[in-house]
Amino acid sequence: MAKSAKTPKGKTNAEDYLQMYRQMVRIRTFEDTANQLYLSAKMPGLTHMYSGEEAVAVGICEALTDDDKITSTHRGHGHCVAKGANFKEMFCELLGKEEGYCRGKGGSMHIADQSHGNLGANAIVGGSMGIATGSALRAKLQGKDDVTVCFFGDGATAQGLLYEVMNMAALWNLPVIYACENNGYSEYTKTEEIAAGSITARAEAFGIEAFKVDGQDVLAVNDLTQKLVARCRKGEGPFFIELETYRYHGHHVGDINREYYRTKDEEKDWKTNRDPIIRFRSWLVSEGIATDEDIDAMNAEIEQDAAQAVAYAEAAAYPDGSEVTQHVYAD
Amino acid sequence: MREITLSQAVNEAIAEEMRRDETVFLLGEDVAEAGTPFKVLSGLVEEFGTERVIDTPIAEPGFMGIAVGAAMTGARPIVDLMFGDFIFLIMDQLCNQAAKTHYMSGGKLNVPLVLRTNLGATRRSAAQHSQSLQALVAHIPGLKVAMPSSAYEAKGLMKSAIRDNNPVVIFEDKLMYQDKAEVPEEEYLIPFGVGNVKRKGRDITLIATSSMVQVAEKAADILSAEGIEAEVIDPRTIVPLDEDLLIESVKKTSRAIVIDEGHQSYGVTSEIASRLNEKAFYHLDAPVTRMGAMDVPVPFSPALEDLTVPTPETVAAKARLLCGGELIDAA
Repeated sequence: MAKSAKTPKGKTNAEDYLQMYRQMVRIRTFEDTANQLYLSAKMPGLTHMYSGEEAVAVGICEALTDDDKITSTHRGHGHCVAKGANFKEMFCELLGKEEGYCRGKGGSMHIADQSHGNLGANAIVGGSMGIATGSALRAKLQGKDDVTVCFFGDGATAQGLLYEVMNMAALWNLPVIYACENNGYSEYTKTEEIAAGSITARAEAFGIEAFKVDGQDVLAVNDLTQKLVARCRKGEGPFFIELETYRYHGHHVGDINREYYRTKDEEKDWKTNRDPIIRFRSWLVSEGIATDEDIDAMNAEIEQDAAQAVAYAEAAAYPDGSEVTQHVYAD
Repeated sequence: MREITLSQAVNEAIAEEMRRDETVFLLGEDVAEAGTPFKVLSGLVEEFGTERVIDTPIAEPGFMGIAVGAAMTGARPIVDLMFGDFIFLIMDQLCNQAAKTHYMSGGKLNVPLVLRTNLGATRRSAAQHSQSLQALVAHIPGLKVAMPSSAYEAKGLMKSAIRDNNPVVIFEDKLMYQDKAEVPEEEYLIPFGVGNVKRKGRDITLIATSSMVQVAEKAADILSAEGIEAEVIDPRTIVPLDEDLLIESVKKTSRAIVIDEGHQSYGVTSEIASRLNEKAFYHLDAPVTRMGAMDVPVPFSPALEDLTVPTPETVAAKARLLCGGELIDAA
């Protein structure tokens, strides 16, 4: 049976709480800005919004250090921000500019930031499960104590690769945490229509301890992850977490009219009653960790940061044409 | 000089590199105690232990993905893929993940891994264990492809592959594992992109890969007895390709046949022939001709299978045809 994580009570780590709040707002602000860029035709390509799922990325990544690794998904901006990336290099990447994290060669779906241990977003659903497991194998072989978190959606649990690598991770006790962001939809299809049985049971079949947690509760996510990361460092991995969450936007930014697969009422309910930022904000205020004024000031500062980063990215140079043949092969 | 088998040469190369660099490790099906079905890796587990010679479950995409992640984070995995035919199983991990990561990250992430596998028909293994899929791999930018034609090449190319910072695929001909050649005791590396003139000649250039080099050399013997002197060139790596060496030879001989065991259509032979047509056209006295495997799944029956690949006799006959007119005049 899946275990539930408990939310810690009380004000013991005010700074950590404010950092988690800040990171969630940074993701939301980044996404709102990216959405506007896309809708105003300033941003090329495809993009997939993370809004609504912030507590997952932040709760997990705040339990990691820069030495710890993550692999991300095609819905990867949130993980990238949560793992410590800067707005400036991120917006430059989204706009295909030279100063982007990947020099404009990755874009939204392939953004990577190895300086903070982000091994990259992946546009193949389930494509990074092997990479995350391999990173964990490397850590074990080299006697390092870093942990790798593999983010993937519920849709990716249909990919066979997950079962191959969970088998090996369990056989070899690898320091990897499989973090399944269950937002209820596999692209445009309700997950219950395509996923048989329980998601945590799939991991448990390999003898992997699996947990189910409210992915809208950043403290619950963080508390559980901290415990699992510590256990991974002691050689007790791998672990599996199913995080119940919700994506506010469509599958991708162009998925506007989506009533054929989910109702507006459902979306409204999640946004009004289960929003991770609204919830955490009222908790911070009620616990006396911050005032509404403090929080408004923090939000305004983040918005300004995003606006400046976008202005910078819009004015930034595209890579020189000579770069097109660079980086096919490493030296 | 001592003579060792191709199998021993590969084994020696890997052992030497594992001694030199502790980040090198092996993984694949039955690589440890069994030393692979072809016994190429026998004895390595005794020296390096099961931490560095890792038996995997039968899960090709899984362990290929694991190798990619390990390579991205500071290890140098060598993946043993039991049969080249299984490349179809790992295409996403090889072509979408390993090959593109360096480019998509703007040069910030490297994937230094070696995929060892094999090619070659005429072992009566039928259509799913006999394919030569080097063209498929060579088609994807970001991958390097080595094709040793003897024990000497196998050792020098393997050592270069392990030290290369890119994903490298090495195709060994499974009929050649017991073939012996002179291999120095002292260390040597064969650089990628440097072909080898196996035999000098003036009348026609036979460009051949892997076991087809032996076929070409035997064809050259047949032709020599008839007064046709063939130059035999082994490119050794098809990505990168030593184009200059091939062009220089064709400028001298004015005729060429390209021989490779992959299917002829859209294959390695087509690519090399095209480059010669583009870059040496005015030096040619006859069209550059291709000889690959027939465009059929490899049949089981010996009577049929032997028909599908080039032989010394069919190569000699084609060369005779190309050289015929002029040589008769010269006589």
